[in-house]
Amino acid sequence: MNISDLRDHLCATFPDLCPLFSIEFDDGVITVERDALYAAASNLLEFGFERLGMITAVDRGEFFEYVNRLHSQSLSASISLKCALPRQDARVASLTSLWPAANWHERETYDLFGIVFEGHPDLRRILLPDEWEGHPLRKDYHDERVIKRPDYI
Amino acid sequence: MPLGVESRRNVETADGSFTEELVVNIGPSHPSTHGVCRVVVHLDGEIVTRAEPIIGYLHRGIEKMAENRTYLQVVPLTDRLDYVGSMYSNWAYCRAVERLAGIRVPERGEYLRVIVCEMQRIASHMMALGSMGADTGAFTFFIYAFDQRERIVELFEELCGARLTYNYVRPGGVASDLPEGWTSRLLEFTTAHRSALGELDRLYFGNAIARGRLKGVGVLDASDAIAWGATGPVARGSGVNWDLRKHDPYSVYPRFDFDVPTGTNGDAYDRARVRLFECYESCRIIEQALAQMQPGPCSAEGLPRLLAPRPGEAYDHIESARGTLGVYLVSDGSTRPHRMKVCSPAFSNLALLPLLAEGHLLSDLVVVLGSLDPVFGEVDR
Amino acid sequence: MSGLVWGVVWGFAASLLIALAALLGVWWERKVSGAIQMRIGPQELGPAGLLQTLADTVKLVLKEDITPRAADVTIFRIAPLIVFAPVAMSLLVVPYAQGFAPLDTGVGVLFFMAVPAVSVIGVLLAGWSSRNTYATIGGIRAAAQMISYELPRTLSVLPLVLLAGSLRPLDIVDAWRWWWIPLLTIAFVVYLISSLAELNRGPFDLPEAESELVAGYFADYSGIRWAIFMMAEYGGLLAASVFGAALFLGPFSLLPGAAGIALFVVFSAAIATLMVWTKWTFPRMRPDQLMGLAWKVLTPMALVQLALVGVVLPWL
Repeated sequence: MNISDLRDHLCATFPDLCPLFSIEFDDGVITVERDALYAAASNLLEFGFERLGMITAVDRGEFFEYVNRLHSQSLSASISLKCALPRQDARVASLTSLWPAANWHERETYDLFGIVFEGHPDLRRILLPDEWEGHPLRKDYHDERVIKRPDYI
Repeated sequence: MPLGVESRRNVETADGSFTEELVVNIGPSHPSTHGVCRVVVHLDGEIVTRAEPIIGYLHRGIEKMAENRTYLQVVPLTDRLDYVGSMYSNWAYCRAVERLAGIRVPERGEYLRVIVCEMQRIASHMMALGSMGADTGAFTFFIYAFDQRERIVELFEELCGARLTYNYVRPGGVASDLPEGWTSRLLEFTTAHRSALGELDRLYFGNAIARGRLKGVGVLDASDAIAWGATGPVARGSGVNWDLRKHDPYSVYPRFDFDVPTGTNGDAYDRARVRLFECYESCRIIEQALAQMQPGPCSAEGLPRLLAPRPGEAYDHIESARGTLGVYLVSDGSTRPHRMKVCSPAFSNLALLPLLAEGHLLSDLVVVLGSLDPVFGEVDR
Repeated sequence: MSGLVWGVVWGFAASLLIALAALLGVWWERKVSGAIQMRIGPQELGPAGLLQTLADTVKLVLKEDITPRAADVTIFRIAPLIVFAPVAMSLLVVPYAQGFAPLDTGVGVLFFMAVPAVSVIGVLLAGWSSRNTYATIGGIRAAAQMISYELPRTLSVLPLVLLAGSLRPLDIVDAWRWWWIPLLTIAFVVYLISSLAELNRGPFDLPEAESELVAGYFADYSGIRWAIFMMAEYGGLLAASVFGAALFLGPFSLLPGAAGIALFVVFSAAIATLMVWTKWTFPRMRPDQLMGLAWKVLTPMALVQLALVGVVLPWL
């Protein structure tokens, strides 16, 4: 489905999601507040986004940007769902009750960024060993063992 | 890490008596050919009560590494994600870069990408089927499947010089055009491959023992498949009729005529058959692409050597042999990505293992793992 | 006294025979599997790679003798021999020519059926003494499998005994008639399949190839100790082949004298090749399916065959 058609369709069903929907690089993005995330996600699940593609985060310096990718087979479309998390208080609601797929993705985001997912049944590290300290994908992650790569270009 | 019994717990059974539960560790290094995966299995006698995969043994921090490399230098990193499918891993990444930077790939480049991706799909499925056969003890089937894979890998070696990690699909197109005579050799392969597939089918799937091992094992319901984020042959084996190439087409796929095989029961047998039939469909696509392809540039001209897309985020995905492979790329205007996230289908598919293995025998666990077809480069990144 | 001397001599001869059988058997298996898999198999050492197994054996002998610290050392060391010795003994009662069997007893068939069953104890001990959970599980499974398949194997040989009226293998060879082949087809098939399962070979090699999942009963055995298990397996393969060829296919009655012996060799090799072929073509059966096959398919088939022969017998 065309992205603008999707926006019109979404606006008709969930008008409060409408102003939050933007089109960037020919792709739909919905940006919500942290507290409204769970409600928006369940609305989107009802709307037809049956599959959760990924949950991840981007370190934007002052805040973490939580990014979620939802796919719909019935609508032949996929969109991103985002929200901003303050760096000092990186917590957000877990979506495992809506999509069981969220389980491992949230564990990975917790592992690499340190974002705590409230309501997650089993939040522990997945890719790194359990004893690892620190969250590597943060921009301020420092590890003495890392050898600085020479800049070829 | 020692391979040993970790703990024994007393489990109360339904009639009030206690049995000892055995916890068995199928270590990260084991002869099953799927890579470094550790599965902690709780057994009640022979039946698996709980199977938990523990991943991360192949975690190399590719996403973090990508933040310190230019956009072109990231392409060889993506090779090593799903190392059985370098071509399509490269392609997913390049599509995201092209979306960000607004690059338009010339038509011949798109056709070449489709051709190598479909060849890679066949090679990947041959490996998946072969290793699943080897896990169940059919070593000859494994060799025959790898013979087919060898033909493709030889063609790739002629094309780009490498047998496993190709670094061929680049932002803007492909690295180089086809060598002489390559298309005729490829056509010879696709013709020969169809009869080879028939032979493989009769050798393994026609065998009553193999059917007994695969049928009814690891049954996945279609709604569970979607809810758990499964894609690719794992979801299609359960009847979920969703293939990005057909239902959300990208590149030049709308110009081809092919079918999407789906299963009905969602067991390991159906998933394996879906992979087998997809090879037939890939042959069809390759032949059509070779017929339709016109001479021309195979890569976008005038691209700067150092790409610096304007700030923003883009997500793009393709249908890989394992499912929907997506790349989410964040650019901050510099020559290096700010964040690259790879949504690997094998990661989501592997999360299904506890669900599918429960209630089966220990021997079935290997079959289930084989039918989910994980490649740990992609799972762990 | 001379009986004891003969016993020792034949014991050595049987062991040598098994060693040779293992050598040739492994070579043949590697060649056949290579041919099936579009490759050549051993080719470097010796003509057509014949000395490959010898080289491998030398390598195994030179390996470090590792005994797990937690293992029960005495039993750990005896277990391979307990598996090997009965197989060597069973080779003695097989008729190798018309009127000649190294050990000519009146209960030869019973001897052949019962004595290899002692190997099961060796398998269990091997698994148990390794003090390794997977080895124990593997050993128990192997024992269950071998015991289950004893029944169809024994039942499949009984029609021969009925028709010949004697348990002595040489009597069976003398009584053999060409129409035994069509009459006893079912018995022969059951015999072949049960022998495969007894030897933990072919589609029934779950205890060995437990290594696909966890380790098998001889996981902790390395070097020459493991080689003894392998020799027992190939010796058993040889034993099953020669016994089946001599008694079911009656080569000594089909052709006289030395030609009969040559035919016997051909038939044995054919049966051995069939078993190798089966292993490399079919995938492995799951333990519950394996047990189901033994109890629900092969045993009834063997009983049906027995009933058939019993019915036909008065007219013979």
